[in-house]
Amino acid sequence: MKSDKIKFLYCFNSLAFLTLAAILLVGCEMPPMDTAQQGYRGTGMETVTNPTIMEKIIAANQAPPSTPPLPATGPKAGAVYQNVQVLGDLSVAQFTRLMASMTQWISPEQGCGYCHNLQNLASDEVYTKVVARSMLLMTIDTNQNWQDHVGDTGVTCYTCHRGKNIPEYVWATDPGPKHVARLTPAMQNTAAESVAYSSLPFDPFTPYLDDVDDSYPIRVISDTALPTGSRKSIKEAEWTYGLMMHMSDSLGVNCTYCHNSRAFAEWEQSPYARQNAWHAIRHVRKMNKTIWDVADILPDSRKGPLGDPLKIYCMTCHQGVNKPLLGARMLENYPSLAGKTGE
Amino acid sequence: MAEYQNIFTSVQVRTPGEPGISLGRGNIHRVGGIRFSYWAGKLGDAQIGPIYLGFTGILSLICGFVAIEIIGLNMWASVNWDPIEFVRMLPWLALEPPPPQYGLSIPPLHDGGWWLLAGFFLTASILLWWVRTYNRAKALGMGSHLAWAFAAAIWLYLVLGLIRPVLMGSWAEAVPFGIFPHLDWTAAFSIRYGNLFYNPFHMLSIAFLYGSTLLFAMHGATVLAVSRYGGDREIDQIVDRGTASERAALFWRWTMGFNATMESIHRWAWWFAVLTVITGGIGILLTGTVVDNWYLWAVKHGVAPAYPVVEGVGAVDPEAGASQ
Repeated sequence: MKSDKIKFLYCFNSLAFLTLAAILLVGCEMPPMDTAQQGYRGTGMETVTNPTIMEKIIAANQAPPSTPPLPATGPKAGAVYQNVQVLGDLSVAQFTRLMASMTQWISPEQGCGYCHNLQNLASDEVYTKVVARSMLLMTIDTNQNWQDHVGDTGVTCYTCHRGKNIPEYVWATDPGPKHVARLTPAMQNTAAESVAYSSLPFDPFTPYLDDVDDSYPIRVISDTALPTGSRKSIKEAEWTYGLMMHMSDSLGVNCTYCHNSRAFAEWEQSPYARQNAWHAIRHVRKMNKTIWDVADILPDSRKGPLGDPLKIYCMTCHQGVNKPLLGARMLENYPSLAGKTGE
Repeated sequence: MAEYQNIFTSVQVRTPGEPGISLGRGNIHRVGGIRFSYWAGKLGDAQIGPIYLGFTGILSLICGFVAIEIIGLNMWASVNWDPIEFVRMLPWLALEPPPPQYGLSIPPLHDGGWWLLAGFFLTASILLWWVRTYNRAKALGMGSHLAWAFAAAIWLYLVLGLIRPVLMGSWAEAVPFGIFPHLDWTAAFSIRYGNLFYNPFHMLSIAFLYGSTLLFAMHGATVLAVSRYGGDREIDQIVDRGTASERAALFWRWTMGFNATMESIHRWAWWFAVLTVITGGIGILLTGTVVDNWYLWAVKHGVAPAYPVVEGVGAVDPEAGASQ
């Protein structure tokens, strides 16, 4: 009798334990993980990736095949066509090739008519053509002046657009979930994808990545051991933390890709990637200014719930990898996007 | 002889219901009657009730109910009274302290005022419960060890929610009421103040916390292991060591060269548990008030080591030299 009772107890206990373990494991990724050491041994500066998940990310971030570059010989586009304000120095062949590529990158379904009046290609009457012009200038500016962020890999329209009119990942100022009108919202504490489902402030983009200067400093950690009047609050730290969660999520990396997490503020202990990220933040702000400059002509479908235009953040280009399109060197085949007419 | 080699309590003591000693003047009667539960007996004593609530107990429960009600209703209002969203988002929802611009002034109810009220009622509830633990122990002629241990935990709670915010001059420094939000607050707190792991009182607190679990496991295991020799009569054996105590002591002297006694082990456990929250509270209290960046503090005092530079590490601050 007694041993039956003990057997029952063992069964019951192990069943309860297994059920609990199963519940806890459901939220986990399937091992094994790959770990790459980045810092000095023992500091935990490692990049952890999951090969199973990486396979999907790699498949989703392939650059499309490029058409062969064409020579700069023959008449210039600016001389042959009317109203070519940015790409007039290209040869007609080069110009036509770039237009065809842009169609593939941005409006493969609608074709040329997405931006052009097909009866009069030179007309600026379709708003998307005016936007496309400022986007071209933005791309050229990026490739010429923001190499601290994009390196010599550079960007093309496809880096963000990926065959879509509007890049898949964009943001607008988020009023947050519906709440009782009289309650002042905390602008945090909801399961927000923008900050990797933490309860941190769900829209760190408006204060940090919009067309803003450093009026909301991202740095919250004191640079002195003892108090010297820095009144950065813990709440401000949460906003910065929210932005960092977005960056980490967008680039598919952990904190230690850019920081030595024992001392987040210390630059000399940080990997070089942190410098790129610093320039990237300023670069994104400037790109969002470009978008604001054309905001007046955008229809409501290109705006957020509060009426501000859809804007750029890290996820727009990075889409889960530290180098967009896994570092594919697309720009080499489209030198005009770096302001060069090419050979 | 009962066997103790099991996860659950294997001996259920069943007696006629024990109502407890009679209460003197100034005490309210116990309520709830006496019941026995088999499953309660697996975990502890099979007898449930009677319970003594008294003046402080009832007031404490009321205050606690009011606090939880304020917190819950604010969370619910933050999802526009949507019951499904309330359940779905519950782990993320919070009642936040007032924003920094209010300092220590009293903010409007909708912008942190409810947090202040919830904090007041929760604190009142906890303090009343403390009075109750003290009074009940005295009523039974016990020492006040439990009440002082509880007071140590209350110290940490008060430092986090009241004393430190007052010293910092801002309610915004306090912890939000919420499941994930208070965890994110903890991480943000550590980051803002340059990594709490370099705070020596945080180190002490961790040592006492882990030490508590270790002592708990060692003592529980030792007593169960010698219970077949009467080791469960721990208190008698403080002054009258039998073979159980001798064996337990010999075991530890063999394995680590030193042993506690049946008295001292309980003092060890009590002090480790109590010091966890006392040192933790000191560590929090010093943060932001006396030390603003614990990593830099640790460098200054030779606590944080410098590591050799490796390839790929050693960034330069693009803002260096520029005014920040």
